[in-house]
Amino acid sequence: MSTRTLISPAQLARPRGKILYWVTFGGVVTLFTVVFLGPMYWMVSSGFKDTQEVVRTPPTLVPESFEPDNYAQAWNVMDLAGLLGNTLYYAFGALAFQLVLDVAAAYSLSKLRPVFGKAILGMMLATLMIPATVLVVPQYLTVLDVPVFERNLLNTPWAIWLPSVTNAFNIFLLKRFFDSIPKELLDAASMDGASPMRTLRSIVLPISRPILGVVSIFAIVGVWKDFLWPMLTLPDPAKQTLNVGIYSLSNGVPVNVLIAALTMASLPTLIIFLIFQRNIMSGLTAGGLKG
Amino acid sequence: MSAPSLTPSKAARSRHDRPPVDGPPPPGGSFTRSLKRNLTAHGFLIGAVLCFAIFSWYPMVREFFLAFQKTDQGEVSWVGLDNLETVFNDPAFWQAWRNTLLFTVLALVFGFAVPFVVALVINELRHGKGYLRLLVYLPVMLPPVAAVLLFKYLYDPGYGLLNEVFGAVGLPEQQWLQDPDLSMLSVVIASTWMNMGGAALIYLAALQGIPGELYEAAELDGAGLLRKVWHVTIPQTRLILSLMLLMQVIATMQVFVEPFLLTGGAGPEGSTTTVVYLIYQYAFNFNNYGAAAALGLLLLVLLAGFSAAYVKLSRAEDE
Repeated sequence: MSTRTLISPAQLARPRGKILYWVTFGGVVTLFTVVFLGPMYWMVSSGFKDTQEVVRTPPTLVPESFEPDNYAQAWNVMDLAGLLGNTLYYAFGALAFQLVLDVAAAYSLSKLRPVFGKAILGMMLATLMIPATVLVVPQYLTVLDVPVFERNLLNTPWAIWLPSVTNAFNIFLLKRFFDSIPKELLDAASMDGASPMRTLRSIVLPISRPILGVVSIFAIVGVWKDFLWPMLTLPDPAKQTLNVGIYSLSNGVPVNVLIAALTMASLPTLIIFLIFQRNIMSGLTAGGLKG
Repeated sequence: MSAPSLTPSKAARSRHDRPPVDGPPPPGGSFTRSLKRNLTAHGFLIGAVLCFAIFSWYPMVREFFLAFQKTDQGEVSWVGLDNLETVFNDPAFWQAWRNTLLFTVLALVFGFAVPFVVALVINELRHGKGYLRLLVYLPVMLPPVAAVLLFKYLYDPGYGLLNEVFGAVGLPEQQWLQDPDLSMLSVVIASTWMNMGGAALIYLAALQGIPGELYEAAELDGAGLLRKVWHVTIPQTRLILSLMLLMQVIATMQVFVEPFLLTGGAGPEGSTTTVVYLIYQYAFNFNNYGAAAALGLLLLVLLAGFSAAYVKLSRAEDE
């Protein structure tokens, strides 16, 4: 599958080219590993060091002291179990809401084609053009006192779940995928007397597994990575997410314990990524970019 | 509440793309049937539309009103342009815009050029592409607090790894985050490390779409490596490059989390106060929602131009 790139294969085949290639290759792999993995290695290993070693100069590459206790301490002192549980709760709740409401909306816009459907889609997509940070203040005020329903959602999971549904990007992604499902397939189902709900469940959703996977990962990672919004809407320490909780406790704990906490907070998304990297990367670069 | 880190139109484009079919509604024209069909369709839509109405569309309208109102102990009154005046007269105002602009320029130099070069290099290699791609994208998956606090330690003037490296190669140690001249650069470097993965992967995909014959033709004309990049690679990826450039500008003008976590927001001598941090301060430290909204509106007006250009470009690319 080797397609031609900048450097011609003939040039690479020559002895000089070969040497140059392997030198560059080694250099690039080393540099990338150091730059991208280095800080993470430092983080994981420093989590095992004792208080003196972690601030020692020059830093030790392999921890001399071995204190897995830091991890236990971080777990207890910072109540990582609680923060982790909260974050999971918010992330999977947001996922559920997005899967149900956004999929239904995209399905309706793509296949059921209601009156004003185009206008509604347009208004949804328009939200992508408004800088997100500009809306933080009015959104926060809305959460304080939801119009019509007159509820204060501060410190409730709803403050995370419901706004996460307003993800025009997801709806767009889903709609584009649904658009590509042949109309004949759905017509046949409706001919057999299937209701729109039944068609969605039995035909559209099974075909759409890849896109549902991508949307799900983005939904979870989105909540996992968010900082400003949960900081504003979940001021109660017992309800906070990992990001916010660690941030607010970061000044009170010893460096090595905090670093151990950072490692543990990073693990879940890193593991998700390593398992689903193929889906994530294809979701990112989905579609041949025209060249 | 963070914006998606990739271009909407980009990722959504499937290989077997076809223009949306806009046929007439399915037959069965009687009024009741069409009404029933519409009711079902709107039933599927209602949940998402309600969420958008409450948490997106209403706040958009409210942002506009807020900018011209003052809220004093629950009393809302119209103050016209007073909020804008407050914002303009704040000495931090111009500094915040200067800092934001500096961040944007630096982030373009690093955050725009570095991922492109990285993608170019990875694309040239015949081995280990998967591993390198994985490496570049790893930091994107870290929670921002972990990535940023990690950098805080790397920057530490006492035991920070970065000064160790600098010392080892004979460069003077720096005060990174404590030096007003360096603080913004330090924020940009951390931010680039954290965020460049997405852009690099998108460039990589674009590079793989360049037909090899173009390079062959350029070689026949005697073009060297740099000329090939300049005359083939860049023109061939021009659209995606300009889209990413616009995305970058829109995203970096809204920078908040990195300076907030690295330097507490303002930084030494206010050197990392950004516009969004100022909005945050007005709203959540001074409880002046009006001023925050007015400043937000200014940012919105400024970025609207970029957004419009982005939409126009991505449409052009769609065709």
